[in-house]
Amino acid sequence: MSLLSEYSGPALSISGLKKVYDNGHVALKGINLEVSQGDFFALLGPNGAGKSTTLGIVSGLVNKTEGKVSLFGKDIDGDIYGAKRLLGVVPQEFNFNQFEKVQDIVVTQAGYYGIPVKKARVLSEKYLKALGLWEKRGVPSRMLSGGMKRRLMIARALVHEPKLLILDEPTAGVDIELRQSMWVYLQALNEELGTTIILTTHYLEEAESLCNNIAIINEGDIVKNTSMRELLQELHKQTLLVELTRDYPERPCMESLELVWQDDHCFEVAVEKGTAINDLFEVFNKAGISVSGIGPKSNRLETLFVDMVRK
Amino acid sequence: MLLFIQTHRVAFFTILLKEIRRFMRIWTQTLLPPAITMTLYFIIFGSLIGSRIGEMSGISYMAFITPGLIMMSVINNAYSNVSSSFFSNKFQRSVEELLVAPLPNSVILWGFVLGGVARGLITGVIVTLVALLFTDIAVFNFWILSSIVFLSSVLFSLAGFINALYANKFDDVSIVPTFLLTPLSYLGGVFFSTDLLPDGWRIISEFNPILYMVNGFRYGMLGVSDVSLTACYAILISIISILFLLSMRLLKSGKGIRP
Repeated sequence: MSLLSEYSGPALSISGLKKVYDNGHVALKGINLEVSQGDFFALLGPNGAGKSTTLGIVSGLVNKTEGKVSLFGKDIDGDIYGAKRLLGVVPQEFNFNQFEKVQDIVVTQAGYYGIPVKKARVLSEKYLKALGLWEKRGVPSRMLSGGMKRRLMIARALVHEPKLLILDEPTAGVDIELRQSMWVYLQALNEELGTTIILTTHYLEEAESLCNNIAIINEGDIVKNTSMRELLQELHKQTLLVELTRDYPERPCMESLELVWQDDHCFEVAVEKGTAINDLFEVFNKAGISVSGIGPKSNRLETLFVDMVRK
Repeated sequence: MLLFIQTHRVAFFTILLKEIRRFMRIWTQTLLPPAITMTLYFIIFGSLIGSRIGEMSGISYMAFITPGLIMMSVINNAYSNVSSSFFSNKFQRSVEELLVAPLPNSVILWGFVLGGVARGLITGVIVTLVALLFTDIAVFNFWILSSIVFLSSVLFSLAGFINALYANKFDDVSIVPTFLLTPLSYLGGVFFSTDLLPDGWRIISEFNPILYMVNGFRYGMLGVSDVSLTACYAILISIISILFLLSMRLLKSGKGIRP
């Protein structure tokens, strides 16, 4: 964390940010957002909500129409080079030369940041090893699997050792095992080096387990900006997954509770927060449903998210 | 300030060396074709047809067309290197690697432009070596020769860069070379002296910038030219200035690269 002390202001500060594309589409309607130094922040929203436009403006890939953006107190209009030097970007789509070799891609990117080639080679080795790509360093990037390509983009974004890392759907199309190893790596980066991380994802479980703070963007507006804990406390209902002792092909209904059958052996039920499980067992027992187990379904954030973007 | 210059110097050479590595890696597509095409030009126009034409501007036809053919290769290769490489960067979205980095637009522009110049000059050397198989090559004034070839390749590299910024598909990259560059090269005094043209056509040809580059280069090699050397430098420097300012303006606005 000591590294951060030399930088003042929030890791990211956005005020009145507006974007109108040439075709007249209003992608951002003047949003305000602040991400503190050292935070692990989730920016969520449905497709076309304005997430990638926001991150594109922050990273210099999209021109803004109005508003101010600063990174660690450095305004992107005033000190663009200073601001960009602190930023690493992992975009949603693969954006490297498919014919170049893995290590060349990372070393070249370091060169764009003014890092001499000798030092760039050392840094590229460090990050390619950390992301499990060192064995593939001499392979043309097009030969990599989808998961490896994503990790290559993370290594490339880290090679100049940024203080703020933006990840736009970094785990899209990545298998569960690899996704979890990426989570561990990102968490270590955030906790041990103090790197601020902003993440967009469609895997809400990912945001829920990794991020401390969250903003939800919909139709170009921030509809929620709070801590993950406070957001989840807003949830009045919880969804439980109920396993049964035998199959119920007739899939019985209940008047007091809405059962959503997943199969003949299991259903979901939404109950008020704080409902006693004992009471539930009794209700099911009276209805002739024999229960073997009840557990929470981990889709809490998803429930909230869908509610917010539908409003 | 020193750190600022140092980091941008590293970034500039990173782009330039990447560009050089790119065209050297695919040398069969970039360096070999001009050698083959120009060999055919020397055989057909120089040896076979040229021997029947006799002299042009007081020198053998083979010697007369050599500077023009070298210049034509330099121009075409400088142009196509930048237009295809930068468009390919756009197409693969790897241009985003440059846009997220703390790079001034001028570093990006000169990195690509001098990459094009490098390919143009290397091609020029290759074609010169091919020409030596068919004719003797004189150097009348080395400084004029090298400055004209350098400025011409800068000019067409800048033009290739602008083409790539505007291009939306691969076809757009080939439109300018096919419909503008090739006709202007053929009509730019590569194969004939403008003294042979009727008055009307000679006046029209004076608006062709390639005429000045070919003749300036020919003056550097042979000491003969259809145009004045002052006009040649003035036109080259004026067009380079215009194209440079236009490129910088387009980069600032994000034309074709930043919505």
